[in-house]
Amino acid sequence: MDADYAIIGGGVVGLSVAWGLLKRGKRVVVLDGDDGAFRASRGNFGLVWVQSKGMKQPRYAQWSQQSAAAWAGFASELGESTGCDVALEQKGGYDLHFSEETLQATVAQYEMLKAKLGGNYPYDVLGQNSLRKEEPHIGSKVVGAILHHQDGHANPLRLLKALADDVRRLGGRVLNGRIVTAVSKPDGFRVHCDDGTVVGAAKVVLSAGLGAAKLGPKMGFKAPIRPQRGQVLITEKLPKMIYRPSLIARQVDEGGIQIGATNEEVGLDDRVTQPGISGLAAEAIAAYPALARAQLVRSWGALRILSPDGLPIYQQSRDMPGAYLVTCHSGITLAAAHARFLPDWLEGTGAAPDLEVFSEDRFAVS
Amino acid sequence: MRHSDLIVIGAGPAGMAAAATAAETGLSVALLDEQPRPGGQIYRDVDRVAPLREDILGKDYSHGATLTAGIRRPGIEHVDGAVVWAIEQGFRISYIRNGRGGQLSGDRVILATGALERPMPVPGWTLPGVMTAGAAQILLKQSGVLPRRAVLVGSGPLLYLIAAQMVRAGTPPLALVETQTRGDLFRAARHFGGALRGWRYLAKGLAMLSEIIRARVPRYTGATEIAVEGDDRAEAIFFVCSGKRHRIDCETVLLHHGVVPNTQAARSLGVTHRWDEAQTCFAPVLDAWGATDVEGIFVAGDGAGIGGAKAAEFAGRIAALKVAGDMGKLSSSERDRLAAPLHRQHQNETAVRPFLDTAYPPFREALLPADATIVCRCEEITAGDIRRYAKLGCLGPNQAKAFGRSGMGPCQGRYCGLTVTALLAASNGLSPDETGYYRIRPPLKPVTLGELAAMEDGARGAAE
Amino acid sequence: MKTASPFLELESSPRVRVWFDGAPLDLPEGANLAAALLAAGVGVFRHTPVSGAPRAPFCMMGACFECLVEIDGIVRQACMLEVSEGMRIARPHQAEGSDAAQ
Repeated sequence: MDADYAIIGGGVVGLSVAWGLLKRGKRVVVLDGDDGAFRASRGNFGLVWVQSKGMKQPRYAQWSQQSAAAWAGFASELGESTGCDVALEQKGGYDLHFSEETLQATVAQYEMLKAKLGGNYPYDVLGQNSLRKEEPHIGSKVVGAILHHQDGHANPLRLLKALADDVRRLGGRVLNGRIVTAVSKPDGFRVHCDDGTVVGAAKVVLSAGLGAAKLGPKMGFKAPIRPQRGQVLITEKLPKMIYRPSLIARQVDEGGIQIGATNEEVGLDDRVTQPGISGLAAEAIAAYPALARAQLVRSWGALRILSPDGLPIYQQSRDMPGAYLVTCHSGITLAAAHARFLPDWLEGTGAAPDLEVFSEDRFAVS
Repeated sequence: MRHSDLIVIGAGPAGMAAAATAAETGLSVALLDEQPRPGGQIYRDVDRVAPLREDILGKDYSHGATLTAGIRRPGIEHVDGAVVWAIEQGFRISYIRNGRGGQLSGDRVILATGALERPMPVPGWTLPGVMTAGAAQILLKQSGVLPRRAVLVGSGPLLYLIAAQMVRAGTPPLALVETQTRGDLFRAARHFGGALRGWRYLAKGLAMLSEIIRARVPRYTGATEIAVEGDDRAEAIFFVCSGKRHRIDCETVLLHHGVVPNTQAARSLGVTHRWDEAQTCFAPVLDAWGATDVEGIFVAGDGAGIGGAKAAEFAGRIAALKVAGDMGKLSSSERDRLAAPLHRQHQNETAVRPFLDTAYPPFREALLPADATIVCRCEEITAGDIRRYAKLGCLGPNQAKAFGRSGMGPCQGRYCGLTVTALLAASNGLSPDETGYYRIRPPLKPVTLGELAAMEDGARGAAE
Repeated sequence: MKTASPFLELESSPRVRVWFDGAPLDLPEGANLAAALLAAGVGVFRHTPVSGAPRAPFCMMGACFECLVEIDGIVRQACMLEVSEGMRIARPHQAEGSDAAQ
């Protein structure tokens, strides 16, 4: 047996889980793909986000809140051991609105959710004037915003690097450039790779993003996940002009303005398109007119990993007990939960979080 | 959206020749170039400048005027000052011209985007006062501007050409610091057969060299440990030659150790590229006509592999004939009859390359720079950073880019891509092909959000 | 600003008044802006947003983005522009009254 856990997938989700397990003294092997693999960890927006999540499933809102609350400790622990600042900022975030109707409708939904969460849903509604005091560059087309105090953002690429660094530092073995072709369980688990590598482990975590759609059914999971393209833009580095992140734009710690994102059902096509990025540019300028003069330096398409209801899936395999599917499209927000709380669930300790609502049982057999 | 049979991107020798040949067969052609006037880098501004400075620049430069004359004809729409930022399947070309977005569509595309200077990361290469040798030549050609106290550093025939032109202009360089060795020349001897076929190039090279020597420009060869010194700008060049340390005070340092294909546009379309060991760079995989593995996309000229201006001209014509044949303007026998002499001339023009590539190899210290040397100028990432990312499991440049931002700046990896691939390949014990290259995406050049958004409004207007 | 330029101009042509970083300069009309600024003795075009290191034109062919300057609130490559009368050129994001600099 090479390890207590074999983690299939070396993105932010897999590495967060690996990091949490290593912190508990577990022996961990991470199997990671190649340079060209679809990697949501390289293309995501970087929000540590609570608002608008779990409108129909309060447990998801709560799970996001728990993760957001654990983020500061997680980030500082990572930063101390790696020297890499993941630039976490949790001063709140905006949902910007261009019409009173959508603003009021959203507030009504938030009130319902707030009641279900026992009142723990701290937000304020800012009219145009109070918003402009906070964000002087906001445009006149924005009628107001919901400022949710549990929201924030981080540098997702530095999170990825810090995790890759610290997982190794903690004794984790990371095998890069591997494609897992099969998982068998003659006794313990054996994870087979395309290059002939075989890793033995007591337990297996499948956190391979879109790769889980193919591998999952072989391990007894439904894994009903699909790609959804998000095109994202980033400008040249600019002096500080956006103080809190929103779903439309955020200013990253290096200075660029990141603008997102489209929601497109186009399969495994991760290209950017002129109409896609023109539309994003127009919306960003509506929110912050000064951005019209900013140079777009890069754009990319990344594929979200979506379940049918958009919520994460946490599932132990019934065919192969000891194999777990962990997948979500909010790997950054949930990184702290995956590092801090998920190991208890994997280990089956008394402190395990209740993740029943995230099981695959919620999906009908297709 | 205006439509053409053929869109040619780049109005250098390959692009101009391709456009002219295609138009002669009856194809409608749109020729886009980001400069205000045609010529590319090699014939930059030739129509305006040749009468002013032919004595300095030479007859090879003036030859470009025959090509610019060839594109002034019906059937060719020359869109000057057009910065192409996206090429999408279909093909749809998005560009910015005078601060406004435009789009064109076409059935075929010939990419004639030429070459870039091979990145030459040595200590101090980001200081003001350090430029590429090609930059100095562009300053001289287009603007009649010359550095007063410059040292030329590196290897290759372009250094001799610029040195000779500076001599003719009355401001010879302070020194020529060359990195190639006698051993390189010895190794090149086995390619002498090809070199003889390209004897005109050798004769020109020797003539330039004797001009430089007559002007008493000090020349050093086999230089190592090259570093530019200075606090806020270049003040001196340091190097070691034959075991002796040298330091030459200067105001300008001109770096050059060859040019490499500019592959940004082809890569953005997903064209397959392979490592070319002889030229130490990536080049697109092409058939004899210049066709890529992406249907309808061709590459001609130095962007396909370095062959020089004359070879580019023939390659442009060859690709255009193929497009004309594919689009029913020429029968295949007619196409082949017209192409046969062009293929022969192209081979003659490129016969000298193996000799030159071996005699003037890239400077080794700049291919795998020391840890402290900046390799990504935009994001100020050092060679040591890249080596550390390799240790963190980065097998290729895209993961390294995510870990440390190399290639994320406005130049989009043009001046660090080859170095980052080389560093990762060496660290991981992989080949450049196994290591790969940056994934190139639009915008190929930065474009303002306002310009982008205006295209959105335009589309809405058209739909309503 | 240093006026003794490390660069020499072979020809003289009619000049127009422009401003760089608030100071007047007379540059050849229609000339390549980067070349004209170099010839006028401008040594530093910008400072990097990463470390503040000084930079100046490197490739002169629109590829390296070292010659960035700000004109009318937009950061552009000086080597891709031509000199025109009255141009107000600033170092990127340091223009007076520039929105983003406030």
